[in-house]
Amino acid sequence: MKKIVFLATFLLLSANLVAQQTVGSDVEMADTMRSNGKIYVVAAVFAIVMIGLIFYLVSLDRKIGRLEKEIKK
Amino acid sequence: MKLTWWKILCILLLLFVSIGGVLLPVPRLNILNETIRNVYFHVPVWFGMMAMMALSGWYAVKYLRTNDADNDLQSVEFANTGLLLGLLGYVTGAIWGNYAWGDPLPKDPKILSAAAGMLVYLAYWLLRGSFRDEQQRARVSAIYNVFAFATFVPLVFVLPRMTDSLHPGNGGNPAFGRYDMNSEMRMVFYPACVGMILLGYWISTLRIRLRRVDAALFEREDQLAERSRS
Repeated sequence: MKKIVFLATFLLLSANLVAQQTVGSDVEMADTMRSNGKIYVVAAVFAIVMIGLIFYLVSLDRKIGRLEKEIKK
Repeated sequence: MKLTWWKILCILLLLFVSIGGVLLPVPRLNILNETIRNVYFHVPVWFGMMAMMALSGWYAVKYLRTNDADNDLQSVEFANTGLLLGLLGYVTGAIWGNYAWGDPLPKDPKILSAAAGMLVYLAYWLLRGSFRDEQQRARVSAIYNVFAFATFVPLVFVLPRMTDSLHPGNGGNPAFGRYDMNSEMRMVFYPACVGMILLGYWISTLRIRLRRVDAALFEREDQLAERSRS
């Protein structure tokens, strides 16, 4: 297991070393959001939604685990 | 409670993707602009669906080999989660298509095939609902499930490659084409795929466990009823 995790990590890290694409800066991107920092608001909202969903999933997992224990008795 | 390693991995990957997917650099491309980030969320959902359908088919085969009702239950729940993920993929694709292609549902071979594939799985639901006898339902729907998966794969992966599709990597055979995605994107895309597959698996296992508890309770009630009768 450990080996696989290491392998995956290094594979992912090395992926970034491959030559970069040429950048066309005339293409419109969310640069304003990035420069005034508002993009971090988006990231925070997204992350909180994710965290909330995951917490819900974990608590469901727990509840079902408790039910299973009760059934086994 | 201690979470098993793959659940922790799933949480970490999803958190990484939800933050990195928004913040990390992406190539600047015309028309797509910032929407290219949808690749991190729209495509992995489909990957998750494929994985769930494959697992569903696997347990269907297992049911046919063992006749164990537990395998049937797993098969159903994986198909359910798969359909949910597929639906999400379809809706997100329509939103993205509306802006990138100017039409939420253009007549694209990939979209049509995905729709057909999902209808095949919706028919699986109908089929299951039409049986009273549990064993019969399990057996017939397991057989159908194998056929459903066997039609779904060529529909989604083979047919769109035989014609031209709006989806990248679909005319000819350039799956994971070198030019569709750069390495920066892969660094988020692959974790997103693994995370979504694990999330689908997690949700399915929860539903499977709940069904097992249900089945155990039902059995116990049956036994009690029998005891009180005799």
